[in-house]
Amino acid sequence: MYKLLLCWRYLRTRYIALASVVSVTLGVATMIVVNAVMAGFSHEMQTRIHGILSDIVFETHSLSGFQDPAFHMDEIKKAAGDQIAGMTPMVAVPAMLSFQVRGQWVTRQIMFIGIDEATHAGVSDFGRYLQHPQNRRQLSFALRDGGYDTVDSQSDAAKPAVTRPALEGAGWQHRRMRVERERAWRARQEADRARAPAADGDEVAAGDTPSAAGDRPLDQQVGALLAATAPADESAASRPADPFKAARPDEGRTMDPAREQFTGIVPGIGLASFRDTSGVDRFLVLPGDDVKVTFPTAGTPPKAVSDTFTIVDFYESKMSEYDSNFVFVPIAALQRMRGMIDPESGLASVNSIQIRLKEGADLDRVRDRLRQVFPADLYAVSTWRDKQGPLLSAVDMEMSVLNILLFLIIAVAGFGILAIFFMIVVEKTRDIGILKSLGARASGIAGIFLGYGLFLGLVGAGAGLALGLAIVWNINRIRAGVEWLTGQRVFDPSIYYFFKIPTIVEPFTILWIVVGAVAIAVAASVLPALRAARLHPVEALRHE
Amino acid sequence: MSSATLDQPAASGAPTAPALLAVHGLRKHYRSGDRTLEVLRGVDFAVEAGEFVAVVGQSGSGKSTLLHLMGLLDGADSGTIALDGGRIDDLPAARRDRLRNTAIGMVFQAYHLLPELDALDNVLAPLMVRHGVLEWLRVRGAARAEARALLERFGLGGRLHHKPRQLSGGEMQRVAIARALVTRPRVLLADEPTGNLDEATGGEILDTLCDLNRRDGLSIVLVTHDAAIARRADRIVRLAAGRVEDA
Repeated sequence: MYKLLLCWRYLRTRYIALASVVSVTLGVATMIVVNAVMAGFSHEMQTRIHGILSDIVFETHSLSGFQDPAFHMDEIKKAAGDQIAGMTPMVAVPAMLSFQVRGQWVTRQIMFIGIDEATHAGVSDFGRYLQHPQNRRQLSFALRDGGYDTVDSQSDAAKPAVTRPALEGAGWQHRRMRVERERAWRARQEADRARAPAADGDEVAAGDTPSAAGDRPLDQQVGALLAATAPADESAASRPADPFKAARPDEGRTMDPAREQFTGIVPGIGLASFRDTSGVDRFLVLPGDDVKVTFPTAGTPPKAVSDTFTIVDFYESKMSEYDSNFVFVPIAALQRMRGMIDPESGLASVNSIQIRLKEGADLDRVRDRLRQVFPADLYAVSTWRDKQGPLLSAVDMEMSVLNILLFLIIAVAGFGILAIFFMIVVEKTRDIGILKSLGARASGIAGIFLGYGLFLGLVGAGAGLALGLAIVWNINRIRAGVEWLTGQRVFDPSIYYFFKIPTIVEPFTILWIVVGAVAIAVAASVLPALRAARLHPVEALRHE
Repeated sequence: MSSATLDQPAASGAPTAPALLAVHGLRKHYRSGDRTLEVLRGVDFAVEAGEFVAVVGQSGSGKSTLLHLMGLLDGADSGTIALDGGRIDDLPAARRDRLRNTAIGMVFQAYHLLPELDALDNVLAPLMVRHGVLEWLRVRGAARAEARALLERFGLGGRLHHKPRQLSGGEMQRVAIARALVTRPRVLLADEPTGNLDEATGGEILDTLCDLNRRDGLSIVLVTHDAAIARRADRIVRLAAGRVEDA
């Protein structure tokens, strides 16, 4: 009983010991905040990666893909059907995206991804990342009339700021206006040429458009591009043995770009826009504009072919790696253009099958089961975690290194406790002698100081816990306060793509931190406690 | 000697019964550097139940060391210490700690009160040492009543919740005596209890000890260098050069 009483009295009369506890408090608070923010970032990133990739990706090593996805899907269902919630075929090829901006050709390296618009939304969060509200519900590769979001639909602010004013008139309206201007411009060109028959050819005139451009040169550029690519499209008609001839009603006649579109594509928003310093997104092209994509055919050796497409929406996952790399296109169109359809059997090839599992299914088990069924030299089966392994493990690594460093801070606090406890033992030497003369056991004396360390650890960790949680729960308010105070942006959403600092408080992590801090405090009091226990009672009583 | 409120067995005086506390052939040396200092060179001496013995000797004659050995605070080089005829100096540490807590009460020249605790808690300290937390909650009421009764008996009824630094020397020593008695010890070992006090206050402390011996039959061993104080005891044992001188 005396242990408790004396612990309590020492705690109340020796405030210097509390000073050493402050470092424990700060250490614990820092660890909680850092872990919560890191976990928040990591979770946000994983959700996004997972939202883009499906749970399991089933793919071939070959760029030409494998035939008959339906058969493979049946096989996959046979192997692990009870765990599978949805599947969709996919064709992905490296490609080049080209469009003209102010008379200059901009070419970007892209991943051209053919998706099945009916089933793709079922295996990933793809739909959530589109800019048109109706496309978010059900993707269509047909150009919309208008109504694209001028705000960021993923912002959870009550009234998000308008950061994309350019999307206001995007869609058919934009396309019609562009075509009209382009026609007017061409008519003027014709008139000019009629007046001066010695003028240069069409192509040079197209290249020179900026000098002749009106108030919106960009549109006219794209118009010129359209004109330039039109012959290529017509030449496709002369290709032999096209089994999808019936599916292409435009074939063989001149299309009216004001009322018709090319095959729709959805490029990543990073390919078509950049964010200026005021946080407004500037677009190089808009939904309704036409662009050229060059991609390899499925044959051996692959040949590069080009085609014209109409942008129908933008894709924004907020993972810049994807947003500046992915361009989505209807899978049937891509299969046809790449020659992935067997002319005799009519069976199409795909590169991969994206599989979404049911809630709570074990990713790795399903992957291993599929690996057993499909030979590894032909097919690669991987989970989304495998796909992003290096990135995820880098984040994990960062987190563990930070945790080790921060824990060392608490360990340093432990040495402070050790030093202060030694002083207290020296100061209390006579009291220790008195207690021994009253019959206290050596273990009991040690218990006083261990208990004291435990008290200090609990107080320090408890205060740290409270402080840490208070910071975590108010971190965005604190950020706003710091930004207001310093005038500097602490957390720039244009860099991180999040609108606020994400935090996740994991009870288990917090438990570990608190237990670890208390354990360090107790461990630091072991040596002083042993010293106290070993004091000789007579010498202790004589101590002045 | 008949009303033994502290449950002390009355002194029988029968020569056959073993002495309450007996030391035999006790030797003790201290080493400082390469010099050894022989403090006790074979001390034989016994205290009967209910006896008030004064041990006198000059400074450095080893009387405090003798008291520490009897109180099991230190180990002798050789020789034996027996309580009721049973050896206690070779018991395991846990049993010795227990005996210090139950059978032996000690009072020191410098009072040795715990500065963080008030008078009442200081008196209760040995009982807290004896009992664990749960046990303490059960016996607390009785223990507090007993400690309060002891302090009131020593005239400290109004100072129960004063810290040692708020008490005078005489008051502190009386708190220390109360602390030694609250465990109902078989023997009280007092090491110069009046050494730090003026004559009048020291006399009061001595009166208290005599009263405890007379009324409660408490066995007392009192170590002092003052012959006048020693004369209050039933018997005087003289210690010189590490041996008991025959009086």
